[in-house]
Amino acid sequence: MARTHVTTVVNGDETEFLTDDSTSLLNALRDEVGLTGAKEGCGTGDCGACSVMVDDKVTCACLVFAPEVDGSTILTVEGLADSGELHPLQQCFLEGAALQCGICTPGFLISAKALLDKNPDPTETEIRYALAGNLCRCTGYDKIIRAVQEAAREMRDQ
Amino acid sequence: MKYVAPSSVEEATSLLSSSPSAQVFAGATDVVPQMRAGRPAPEVLVDLKKIEELVAVANDGDKWTVGAATPTANLTEDPAFSEEFPGLAEAAGLIGSDQIQNRSSLGGNLCNGSPAADSVPAMVVNGARAVVAGPNGTRVLDVAEVVTGPGQTSLAADEFIVEFEIDRIPARTGDAYLRMIPRTEMDIAVVGAGARITLAEDGSIEHAALALAAVAPTVVRVPDAEAALVGNTADDETLSAVADAASEACDPIDDKRGTVAYRKQVAGVLAKRAVLIAIERAQQRNGTN
Repeated sequence: MARTHVTTVVNGDETEFLTDDSTSLLNALRDEVGLTGAKEGCGTGDCGACSVMVDDKVTCACLVFAPEVDGSTILTVEGLADSGELHPLQQCFLEGAALQCGICTPGFLISAKALLDKNPDPTETEIRYALAGNLCRCTGYDKIIRAVQEAAREMRDQ
Repeated sequence: MKYVAPSSVEEATSLLSSSPSAQVFAGATDVVPQMRAGRPAPEVLVDLKKIEELVAVANDGDKWTVGAATPTANLTEDPAFSEEFPGLAEAAGLIGSDQIQNRSSLGGNLCNGSPAADSVPAMVVNGARAVVAGPNGTRVLDVAEVVTGPGQTSLAADEFIVEFEIDRIPARTGDAYLRMIPRTEMDIAVVGAGARITLAEDGSIEHAALALAAVAPTVVRVPDAEAALVGNTADDETLSAVADAASEACDPIDDKRGTVAYRKQVAGVLAKRAVLIAIERAQQRNGTN
């Protein structure tokens, strides 16, 4: 079967891969690029475990066809840390125990980053709405909300 | 399945004409779940997002044009558009999460043909028109004429919507959209109600439009409620006639989201509330644009 050649920038690095046209961006990232941070939960855009940023917009990688991202810039959870230093969101999730099993965490981190990029000082309600597309079965969400608030505070103070 | 991303409307229409099972898509937020649920994949999937006019929002002084594949986030984040059409912006902003908003589009929300599509009643009350491209050029349809039943449209297989045209909102006019869902986010309407009101100089209602979602196979206008409003003010008697007409216009189904009786009652309540919000906005927009 013909495979499409896709050129992207993933987490700052130019990345090329070959993909079937029906493959999702999520599967291409996991199977062709080797970045397994983004997870498949539902495969229908409901759970947000596959959230990545495509050209600075948070989106469900399961709903994107891999060939669509030719020429795009992608950020996955693997690109959040800077030279081995965790992103404030990652650090605050760790310190605040904002995760248990961890499956949803990469998606929450990316959605939270998308929110803070647009709104560095969100209210609790704004955080809850911005994270409404991410489901977590473990934490009950409160610790996640508090971790995002703490990270926002730290990032504003920097 | 082959993915193609034409860069012009002409290229897209010729692709559709030459491959009978080709299907257009914008954000794929309905297409992918449908394929995963077992709907056969098309032989050719035509991505409309690389065509410039399909992802543009513009205002030429007389009307707004909104590209059919424009992500709904671009509308809700456009301050001038949201200020002029707060009801339509709110309706577009209710479709799914931020992840979905960055992909979902008015064209997709309409052509998916869901009776519960949030943006459709808001487009209908604002008199939005769909510019449809096909092999013989373009034609213009009222948005209300596009969907003919659940999942069904009046578009031919080789046609697609390029953009929506919405006339600039007149003075003393406001729109509103409300929906009822069991939670506050990430759900599908049990009932949706869009309203648009224009007030006369004396404060009475000059024009009224009311449309309901999720209560019939397609979005329905409620002419009896509109007639009850025109020439009157929103007194208790008028609002009660609006609610009765809205409930009466419903032909809903029983499902896990609501029973027939519940949907009819909620339709009346939402219709009244949407009308009141539209009136309040019309009062605030006293001057011209």
